[in-house]
Amino acid sequence: MNKNIEIVQGNEACVRGALAAGCRFFAGYPITPATEIAELMALMLPDHDGAFVQMEDELGSINAVVGAAWGGMKACTATTGPGFSLMQEGIGYAAMTETPCVIINVQRGGPATGQPTMSSQQDVMQAKYGSHGDYEIIALCPSSVQEGFELTVKAFNLAERFRVPVVVLSDEIVGHTREKLRIPESVEVTPRTAPMAPPQEYQMYKVGPDGLLDGMPQVGQGYNILVESQAHGEDGNRKGNDIVTCARVIEHLCAKITDHAQELTDIVTLDCEDAEVLVVAYGSVVRSAKHAVRLAREQGIKAGLVQLRILWPFPDEALSRLAASASKVVVPEMNIGKISREVQRVLGGQVKVVSLPALGGELHTPQKIISELGS
Amino acid sequence: MNRIEIDNDFCKGCHLCIAVCPQEVLEISKVRSGKGYLVPRVARVDDCTGCLQCEMTCPDLSITVIHDKGKKEADHA
Amino acid sequence: MHPLAEKMLRKSALPSIYCPGCGHGTVLNSFLRAVEKLGIYENMALVGGIGCSGWTPVFINTDTIHSLHGRAIAMATGLKLAQPKRKVVVFSGDGDCVAIGGNHFIHAARRNIDLTVVMLNNNIYGMTGGQVAPTTPYQARTQTSPRGNPEQPFDACELARAAGATYIARWTTAQPAQMAKAMREAIEHKGFSFVETVVQCPTQAGRYMYGTSSAVKLYEMLKDNSVKASKAGELTPEELTGKIVVGRLLQKTDRPEFTEGVYGLSDAKGA
Repeated sequence: MNKNIEIVQGNEACVRGALAAGCRFFAGYPITPATEIAELMALMLPDHDGAFVQMEDELGSINAVVGAAWGGMKACTATTGPGFSLMQEGIGYAAMTETPCVIINVQRGGPATGQPTMSSQQDVMQAKYGSHGDYEIIALCPSSVQEGFELTVKAFNLAERFRVPVVVLSDEIVGHTREKLRIPESVEVTPRTAPMAPPQEYQMYKVGPDGLLDGMPQVGQGYNILVESQAHGEDGNRKGNDIVTCARVIEHLCAKITDHAQELTDIVTLDCEDAEVLVVAYGSVVRSAKHAVRLAREQGIKAGLVQLRILWPFPDEALSRLAASASKVVVPEMNIGKISREVQRVLGGQVKVVSLPALGGELHTPQKIISELGS
Repeated sequence: MNRIEIDNDFCKGCHLCIAVCPQEVLEISKVRSGKGYLVPRVARVDDCTGCLQCEMTCPDLSITVIHDKGKKEADHA
Repeated sequence: MHPLAEKMLRKSALPSIYCPGCGHGTVLNSFLRAVEKLGIYENMALVGGIGCSGWTPVFINTDTIHSLHGRAIAMATGLKLAQPKRKVVVFSGDGDCVAIGGNHFIHAARRNIDLTVVMLNNNIYGMTGGQVAPTTPYQARTQTSPRGNPEQPFDACELARAAGATYIARWTTAQPAQMAKAMREAIEHKGFSFVETVVQCPTQAGRYMYGTSSAVKLYEMLKDNSVKASKAGELTPEELTGKIVVGRLLQKTDRPEFTEGVYGLSDAKGA
């Protein structure tokens, strides 16, 4: 038996991925269905010289994560809908101050307390737009335990590269499914790098030619950093009344993600080459969608699957290309049809886009998807 | 004799230094600073005991008391 | 500029945003003295909340996080856990610390995490223009209690004590030397230390609550109303009304410190 293969829950896979990626700090608050992540972090972090703290609420959790990040640690938290709402303030802070951190949202049904033990994908827009103001984040959607591991590693790496909060949009189904996890011998880890500029020349928020900041300083390295969430100039001091500077800050926060959209495209396809009908899916719905496409092929329907592993930034170009010869695109998702509108925006006029929502907590059956593919 | 330096660039003219001085060493100046504040001025430096009340109270860290040479150095901390 | 200011202030952030005669500046002044005496300028990190008070550490040229309203202590908790050997000091206003940030405040005290929280208490929301705060006296008039404050104020030191803080002191701007000494003691203390600094706010609290915008008059009120903790026991509750009990109110070492507990866990594998 291969000792690198284990049967674990999706939530555990996220923890394993986080630790493999170098996460050494976790702050969280118990909430179903994300609690196992906190439990396992509490158990495992001490053996990695890391720190776990159960905070008084999710406001405290996300802010402790931000503090730890500036203290030099790769840090994350995990929650679900209600906690994710409370964290939006801190996520906005992390976006504005360009603090690398990871937020795992094991989605459950909402709004409000909603369906604590049932799955959903209702937070996809909140992940992108949840905090006030204009900014961009990155969000990844695992559909399996294996992807829970891989995409959490990727989330940490992207957080470092782009100095941005990254959301792992898991869901209750992925989080609580137990299945095979193959842990690789080694994973590619983006290290935290100090700025190239020496302290006396260092400018906190000076944007480089690649649209990104110069490394990530930490407290105690002599940079005398000023982490400022008011609209700031390059030196970090607030410039709240300077229209040009403030506009530049917002443009930078958005452009550093959207200008790297190609690098931030992560799509897995199945049978797309000659597909006439496409399923566009993400997260746990991919599991049904895969099966539906295979069954449809057996029935002679030329179906294909486009799985979005990175949901934000939305892969406009890649999706457009993949759907070039399709006549119909079906978007099954466990919400009222949120991403179908994004697909409509990208493909509207080109192909017929059909939204296939599933509400109440039950995953689409493959048959439900096939019935839409064949019609 | 102690020396009292007042930095008019940072003084905002609140006059707390004048109020806290037990020896009435300071008084309101008749001229305004470049920023328009009526800054204090050292009127009776001979009376300064070097107690640092003015220096420690100043919200803008604009006052420095330099103790007389030969006497103990002012402990600004 | 004072030599300590020359050495430690962030020149690009000056002049300070404080109004003339604002007590926050005196707290900054005291803090620089405490830092100099302790020799920790190279080994500290500061976190500020939001409001006039939260700007205090922004003016200091060190590693500073200017956090969100109420969240300074939560951010400091993460920072302290990431760098347990560093002296982490939080500057928070009365609204920041015990209203919007009250939950983080009491839980940090409960954990006895080795942070120093300096609360700058001006009894009002200053930056937003003089609204009622959780420390505003009963029946006082502010912009959001125009007919008198119907609420009772918090005693933040008692709140800290009940929550589990292990060092507590309170001084006003009329006792700057004692304030600096309390900051030194608080920073040196292992565990959650809390220094309440009662400050005059000429622009808002002065105008609306105390009938004067004179910093000098407000300073004298603070001085006259200060009662040493050692004497407060002799006074009746009536006599203590409107008084400010100053001094070191608590120092104890019988509660374990949090970060040591967290990092001690790796030695207790499987336990």
